[in-house]
Amino acid sequence: MKIKPKGGSIKASTAKPEEYWTLRLYVAGQTSKSTAAFDNLKRICEERLKGHYSIEVIDLLKNPRLAKDDQILAIPTLVRKLPPPVRRLIGDLSNTERVLVGLDLRRNN
Amino acid sequence: MKSKRPKRSTRKTSRAPVLRKIATGIQGLDELTDGGLPKGRTTLLCGGAGSGKTFLAMEFLVRGVKEFKEPGVFVAFEEQTEELARNFASLGHDLKALVAEKKLAIDFVNIERSEIQETGEYNLEGLFIRLEHAIDSIGAQRVVLDSMDVLFSALTNTAILRDELRRLFRWLKTKGVTAIITAEQGDGRLTRTGLEEYVADCVILLDHRVTAQMFTRRLRVVKYRGSSHGTNEFPFLIDESGVSILPITSMGLNYKVGTGRVSSGIPRLNAMMGGRGYYRGGSVLVSGSAGTGKTSLAAHFAQATASGGERCLWLAYEESPSQIIRNMRSIGLDLAPAVQSGMLRLQAVPPTIFGLEMHLLAMHKLVKELNPRSVIMDSISNFTTIGSEVEIKAMLMRLIDLFKMRQITSLFTSLTTGDTFVEANDTRLSSLMDTWLLLREIESGAERNRVLHLLKSRGMAHSNQIREFLLTDRGVELRDVYLGPSGFLLTGSALLVQKAHEQAQAVLREQEGGDKKRELEHKRQAMEAQIAALRAEFEIDQMKALKVVGQDEERATVLTDDRVQMAKQRQADAVKATHPMKRMSGGL
Repeated sequence: MKIKPKGGSIKASTAKPEEYWTLRLYVAGQTSKSTAAFDNLKRICEERLKGHYSIEVIDLLKNPRLAKDDQILAIPTLVRKLPPPVRRLIGDLSNTERVLVGLDLRRNN
Repeated sequence: MKSKRPKRSTRKTSRAPVLRKIATGIQGLDELTDGGLPKGRTTLLCGGAGSGKTFLAMEFLVRGVKEFKEPGVFVAFEEQTEELARNFASLGHDLKALVAEKKLAIDFVNIERSEIQETGEYNLEGLFIRLEHAIDSIGAQRVVLDSMDVLFSALTNTAILRDELRRLFRWLKTKGVTAIITAEQGDGRLTRTGLEEYVADCVILLDHRVTAQMFTRRLRVVKYRGSSHGTNEFPFLIDESGVSILPITSMGLNYKVGTGRVSSGIPRLNAMMGGRGYYRGGSVLVSGSAGTGKTSLAAHFAQATASGGERCLWLAYEESPSQIIRNMRSIGLDLAPAVQSGMLRLQAVPPTIFGLEMHLLAMHKLVKELNPRSVIMDSISNFTTIGSEVEIKAMLMRLIDLFKMRQITSLFTSLTTGDTFVEANDTRLSSLMDTWLLLREIESGAERNRVLHLLKSRGMAHSNQIREFLLTDRGVELRDVYLGPSGFLLTGSALLVQKAHEQAQAVLREQEGGDKKRELEHKRQAMEAQIAALRAEFEIDQMKALKVVGQDEERATVLTDDRVQMAKQRQADAVKATHPMKRMSGGL
């Protein structure tokens, strides 16, 4: 499941123009928490990073090895691969404030 | 895959009817728990920092692989795989090799609290998936999670965490794996995080403390549902042979024995044992009452070991090393050079400081450190202040087990009390010993003298004779036994007196014999003189008799002649010549 939103104009206040965001969302099957997490993430990205992000959803039930390789403990986990440094968020991303802090998106607000 | 894991709401209601156990393979722990950890359950291993939780848990897995062919999964929350491998390499475990052989899986779960932002509801499904993947990939039957405290410090939502841990333990049960989880000990409670509330089957507490400059790890089975277990604290060791716990009941009796001999240091004592001394790796008990020379006998053995180029460990429970050296000098044994060269280690151990288990542990450590070929314990009687006879015997059993395993010849001295059949005191110990020397004092003629019996010596022909045991300024000397005229053993000055007496008697007898001989000679001479006299007398008589006969015959002839003459004259018929004597008698 790979979602690449269509491109759009990026507001200077949300992210630097040269930055492209690579996000990975780790889930375990289609649970209410994982769908909630995806929906929440999508919403925030559309608001802040429109056109400059990609979300890769990884189902650990289909690929359990990745749980170890990518150091996943809690489900759902969101990993910001790019831009560096790597950041990890756990939970269904319902607390937007914390998501923004975790993804380091508040600095531009 | 998902279906195997219970939903968070499910409750496990069925219980195994009989508690099955899984042997850990850890020396001592299986004895302590009467067979091992509860099979298919989770055991909580708690203790302070550095108490050996990780070591013990890893040992559980490694033993499982090596001894029971049961693969294991180690989930490390604290140490990285590399770090673990390095740490355990120093203990003789090659974790990397085990991982490569797919007998062990190590999963380092890296949780950096600073990296994690909690943004809402979550669960620990990621951990479950990793665990299940690891278990299934190698067919693991043993699982370790080390340690749970990291989770609690990394994740702030303890409500979720507690729910998830409950689910985890249930899941481990359904997975059929035997698990150990470790947790830090808390103030006044078993764990800081209260994990003991979830893990109800078996709880083991590790502890470590420094007493009398001695670092000791201890283990206690706090709880074991449905099973008997040792409730005391037991010291345990972590060394290159792994973790070993020392309950005094644990011993093997499965060591190899040699036929080599070691000198007792006393030639005549060697002679009593077929001329070659004690068996290497054998146990020797020297018992005797106070002042019978037990320590001197031990010193000879120590000296013999050291001068043979082998290391000897002497545990002195009564005297200081310098005191022993001084005292042994008085019998002409200088132990100082051996001590200086390191071949003899005189170690003073106050017996009352530690318990028996601690002594056992101290012994293990010393033996490991020095690797001696012989060990002297002088004297084991001092243990009576800290343990019962049965306990002491059990401890000595373990010790002798250790010594024999390492082919160390051991000599124990034991103080017997009283004069009434001293052997009785040590009879219990004697069954552990291969050779039993008894030193006794025999009181006679207002003095006490030492004698040595070789009561038993397994596996060799040995003298059954009692020897007199002398402490001279050239060391211990064994003297021949000397039986008095009444069959009693004579020792000391009584022996000298008896010897002098017998010598005098011999001289006397010799003199008497000479006298008798001379007397007899006299008698013989007298007799011969008498015989000569008699013969002379006889000869005289004989001569006399012959003379008379001759005269008579002459006379008779003359008479006959006369009668013939007369008849001729009377012109009578020829008269028959008769014996004149007959005629004479007839005529009378």
